[in-house]
Amino acid sequence: MLSQPFRIETVHRESYDTFTVELQPTNGHDSFLFAPGQYNMLYVFGVGEVPISISGDPDRPENLMHTTRAVGTVTKAMAELQKGDVIGIRGPYGTSWPVDRAEGYDVVFVAGGIGLAPLRPALYHVLAHRDRYGKVVLLYGTRSPDDILYRSELEQWRSRFDLEVHVTVDYADATWRGNVGVVTSLIPKAPFDPLHSMAMICGPEVMMRFTAIELLKRGIEHEHIYLTMERNMKCAIGFCGHCQFGQHFVCRDGPVFSYAHIGHMLSQWEV
Amino acid sequence: MTETTLTQDATVILERAHFQQLLDALLQSGYRVIGPTIEDRAIVYESLSSVEDLPIGWKDQQEGGTFRLEKRKDQALFGYTLGPQTWKKHLYPPNVTLWQAKRENGSFKITPPEEDRQPLAFIGVRACELSAIAIQDKIFLESEFKDPIYQQNREGLFIVAVNCVEAGGTCFCASMETGPKASTGFDLALTEVIDGEKHYFVVNIGSARGLDVIKAITVRTPEAGEVEAAEARIAEASQNMGRTLETEGLRDLLFRNIENPRWEAVADRCLTCGNCTLVCPTCFCATIEDVTDLTGQHAERTRRWDSCFTMDFSYIHGGSVRYSSRARYRQWMMHKLASWVDQFGTFGCVGCGRCITWCPVAIDITEEANIIRQGDVAKTKEA
Repeated sequence: MLSQPFRIETVHRESYDTFTVELQPTNGHDSFLFAPGQYNMLYVFGVGEVPISISGDPDRPENLMHTTRAVGTVTKAMAELQKGDVIGIRGPYGTSWPVDRAEGYDVVFVAGGIGLAPLRPALYHVLAHRDRYGKVVLLYGTRSPDDILYRSELEQWRSRFDLEVHVTVDYADATWRGNVGVVTSLIPKAPFDPLHSMAMICGPEVMMRFTAIELLKRGIEHEHIYLTMERNMKCAIGFCGHCQFGQHFVCRDGPVFSYAHIGHMLSQWEV
Repeated sequence: MTETTLTQDATVILERAHFQQLLDALLQSGYRVIGPTIEDRAIVYESLSSVEDLPIGWKDQQEGGTFRLEKRKDQALFGYTLGPQTWKKHLYPPNVTLWQAKRENGSFKITPPEEDRQPLAFIGVRACELSAIAIQDKIFLESEFKDPIYQQNREGLFIVAVNCVEAGGTCFCASMETGPKASTGFDLALTEVIDGEKHYFVVNIGSARGLDVIKAITVRTPEAGEVEAAEARIAEASQNMGRTLETEGLRDLLFRNIENPRWEAVADRCLTCGNCTLVCPTCFCATIEDVTDLTGQHAERTRRWDSCFTMDFSYIHGGSVRYSSRARYRQWMMHKLASWVDQFGTFGCVGCGRCITWCPVAIDITEEANIIRQGDVAKTKEA
């Protein structure tokens, strides 16, 4: 499985440590088809390769987008890249958010931190086919106001009458006028019908675990909760073994899983 | 014996005196012949050209944490059980270059390495090892994706299995139902018999290619009692396994004992050295390394065997998922005996015993599984 060279068209700084790149293949104008929730392996020449979720619009496959936080060797090297630089792409890999299965239901998106990036393609899809879904709710929590991604887009979404957006931060500064607290605190009051809802969660593992617990308290069924796991990935095709999570290869059987399948493992330590 | 009377289901006798002909026939057919030979006081699987390269007259003494070669009283060619190496070394090499890349016009170009590999012939594959190869076939050839390097080495592979007539000190293939007799997956299967002055091999033919090789060498029809003598020795090996492992309900047992206190006890002894994973014939984990040369113009990607016992293995930003040795040992053993069943439909253990022999502190997977069975949380709850 060889990487294909893609050229960086734009780099957008989302926050002090997070950036979004927009990419196009160097060998023409092929579209990059993917399903919401899938990821690519991104290669920085000579430095290494990392799995990053696709954060763009699945209906606009001519623009491949990745939102990345600079935390390791490869992502820090990637943060130094500029328009015109080339990175390697192979993918898309993995399972996707159940946007088709969710038709007819209320949809609850719960994102923590950079977890909004892998959810954004699903949100785009739901908004593009808005009439197929019931109420749509986005609950988003970050550490601080500085960590909020896609600010202008969030403002647009917030102004829509057919989408409920609630944002909360763990630590507020003097300028913050919104909610303070962890994202799970938004769940009890969120406007959705638990008996006819599909939830999609992405964030740190502990956040997803307690989000699911809150959603279950509201009465959403196990089978209607989906989340996306993160593990070390080297190959993306189930060979290297690094991403094992119990019997699952997160790279191939995930990253999107049904809570009914993996929920019990979230409370097991070091699996 | 004339060629016309030979069929694939025939059982024939190859005299020890004619064994070189088997090697020659394979070499002449263009195979790179790989088999057991002695290196650094252990049995290793390397290229062979002569029957003299085999570990003639040697046997291995194996126990937990111990491997010693000793002289046999006879001149058996396959009188040992197993060395530390496995055939995966040749099918799924420990270190390979996946591709090279070069900067070009502001982009870069990736070139896979040119492959011109000679077909391989393995001589001396044990029944447990045949099962291990079948398991790796499932991983690398029968999953959603195929591994091209494994596929290239595996295609055209000629396998000469050798049935075990003596069980090793850490063997438990009888428990795993993978041996000691090779039942499938070979081109030829030999059973070595030394009886007084007689020294011969009972040969079962497993494929049309195997039949072609047999037709090219000197073999004869078995005399009365020769095949029976071979079978009796295999049956005896089956009765003399160094270890046993109760596999009934093993997957479920381990899944429900994920918090069993025994994991803590084994972690106190485990050095997390990774030896068990490197000698295991089914372990398949690998890591990817990307490097450049000093000019920064050329890059290379290599793949190297990895071990779930390293801290790095489960590293994601923020730390390793399995930072305790308890969690790492548990991951390894539960993968072998529990989650592997879900992933590939079999256990990831074939009962070869290498992980017991080559563990520096003699941790024994059969003992650990049996202790967990005795302390099963399901039982404790009932009581």
